[in-house]
Amino acid sequence: MTTQESPISPVKPAAIDFSPRRKSRGFWSEALRDLFTRRRSGQVGLIIVLSMIAVALLAPTLATHPPNMVLIGKEEGVKRRQSPCIYAVDNLPSLPVVDFFRCEPGQPEHYFGTDGNARDLYSRVLFGAQVSLKAGIYTVTLAILVGMVLGAVAGYVGSFTDNALMRILDVVLAFPSLILAIAINSALLTVAEDSIFSRGLGVMQRTLGFEDIGLLTALISIAIVSIPTYARLVRSQVLSLKEQEFVTAARSIGAKDNRILFRAILPNAMAPLIVAATLGIATAILDTAALSFLGLGAQPPTAEWGAMIGAERNQMFTPPHLIIFPALAIVVTVLGFNLLGDGLRDSLDPRMKNR
Amino acid sequence: MTKYIIQRLLAALPVLFGILFVTFALARLLPGDPCVAMLGEKANEVTCAAFNARYGLDEPIVNQFVIYMGDVLTGDLGTSFRYGQPVTRMVSERLAVTIELAFSAMIFAVSVGMTLGIISARRHNSATDVFTMIGANFGVSIPVFVLGLFLAYVFAILLKDTPFALPPSGRLSAGMAVTSFTDKFNLTEGDPLYRVAQFFTNLYFVNAIINLDGELFVDSAKHMILPAIALGTIPMAIIARMTRSSLLEVLGQDYTRTARAKGLGERTVLLRHALRNAMLPVITIIGLSLGFLLSGAVLTETIFGFSGMGRALYDGITSSDYAVIQGFTLVVAGIFLLINLVVDILYGFLDPRIRLS
Repeated sequence: MTTQESPISPVKPAAIDFSPRRKSRGFWSEALRDLFTRRRSGQVGLIIVLSMIAVALLAPTLATHPPNMVLIGKEEGVKRRQSPCIYAVDNLPSLPVVDFFRCEPGQPEHYFGTDGNARDLYSRVLFGAQVSLKAGIYTVTLAILVGMVLGAVAGYVGSFTDNALMRILDVVLAFPSLILAIAINSALLTVAEDSIFSRGLGVMQRTLGFEDIGLLTALISIAIVSIPTYARLVRSQVLSLKEQEFVTAARSIGAKDNRILFRAILPNAMAPLIVAATLGIATAILDTAALSFLGLGAQPPTAEWGAMIGAERNQMFTPPHLIIFPALAIVVTVLGFNLLGDGLRDSLDPRMKNR
Repeated sequence: MTKYIIQRLLAALPVLFGILFVTFALARLLPGDPCVAMLGEKANEVTCAAFNARYGLDEPIVNQFVIYMGDVLTGDLGTSFRYGQPVTRMVSERLAVTIELAFSAMIFAVSVGMTLGIISARRHNSATDVFTMIGANFGVSIPVFVLGLFLAYVFAILLKDTPFALPPSGRLSAGMAVTSFTDKFNLTEGDPLYRVAQFFTNLYFVNAIINLDGELFVDSAKHMILPAIALGTIPMAIIARMTRSSLLEVLGQDYTRTARAKGLGERTVLLRHALRNAMLPVITIIGLSLGFLLSGAVLTETIFGFSGMGRALYDGITSSDYAVIQGFTLVVAGIFLLINLVVDILYGFLDPRIRLS
């Protein structure tokens, strides 16, 4: 873009070519192009995220065992908390990394070893990708849907509505997020037992494909806690966009309020929201894992990474593989979403062009 | 400035009211009937009616809320049925633990984070910069509990019997004695200063300094290193990134060039001109991180066996000890509100545009 420009030379007015030098692209394809060509860390993030999605989708094929199957009595020589064993490394030279996966005589092959209930850890970690990605994406979707409506209404209507909504959200923000999520989660679990809400939860359980009610309430509570972030973001966008000329133009041709809001303003507020959502998935995965680690989210036997670490945390000091593999899975996934979010932010921000 | 401070204080009032309302509502929604929880097997219709009458639970819900607000304002947070102690007493004992932990984590996060951020900005695009930013990306992606377990594994197991070994749990080694301020000053349970003395007794660093107890200081510091790093790493990474990007922006401004042009040394330009102006967003992040620290304290305290606020709150929720839940959530939210208020005021102090708008 910078080098192709021809040196300034006097031109006859008639010779000016008004046709665009290259086909102008839309905002989104320009941003994606920028991400693919120039944002190295964003690309790494995208690759990690796509591979994690692939792992989650292919988990049933890639897994060597059913994730929740207790293998004692079903497989010869299997023990609880057996260290990792891959037959293929037998012929490799002795290195610490290789030795970690070396088998004892007669040990059945388990890539990541077995857990405290003699289940195959490798298969559980793979299925954990399904659980965590689902939890992260659903949480953020839920929080954004509610946050977007609240923020848009507050910003567009203004005055008293704005003030009232924002003060309520301030109260939610006044609590440390994880602590409020823990409290809401416990409240939801009681509600789940006996009330009209239990039917609603049941419907969500079926439509979202969550067998684990603890995980469902955990992600709802994390979503509730993160609503204010998105609402504030959308509100600030709406506040600045509604003064723009294209909104006045829309109003002057007689567009109704909801048409202006949903067709003119919100599509233009999408870019920062997508960045926030990507980074939000990372936070949601971390929070879900934290709640499950404390025993408040995913319940046994759900293969959730945080719950897997929580269940075995006192065994850390003997076979570390029980902590290492789920922990690596969390870190890599969260890192992927964080890198992708940062890359998207740079690509979508016009001020960051050429930086 | 006074006007600005009063404005901020007034704006905090509705939020405080909201916090009271939420803690009140939460305790009503949380698992378990308080009567059954409190009386156990003795709970039947007659005893429960008497119990509800005694604690005002048979009043209309609005009256209950008014009673609750009155109790809170007079410093009564109820009694924990599980420990049979007034909640205020538990708060004064355990708040100190969490504050000490959060404070240590913050010192780690701010000192390391800002140093890394400044170095990265100065050597923009160098290997140090790239390496630091990759590290920062990992830093924000590691869950507190994973890092905590990992540090405990490395320093308590792998480095055992080396000079670098650090204890993986507890606040003090077995056999360490702590001088209690309540005994030292002969305070009794009813004394208004009793809780304060209790609170400072449990702030081991302050305790060690006041009592000139070097051994206590070193021992509690040793126990604090791993939890502080585990809890402080995510804020540290965020602060490093923020300092770097904010400083880079300021270094590109005209007045930085002016400062250089008039012949000031690079050090003066960086520390006196650039860093001061780059601090605003960093301070916001520090304020926001404190909320994270209070959240993360639940996890850190669980892993490292500290009996602090987070742990107490978690125990309260799992055993439906609802006075504890109500009291501790309220105190935590109150502290958080106070911190945000201080950050707001500090912000107005640093940036005249904010307090005048």
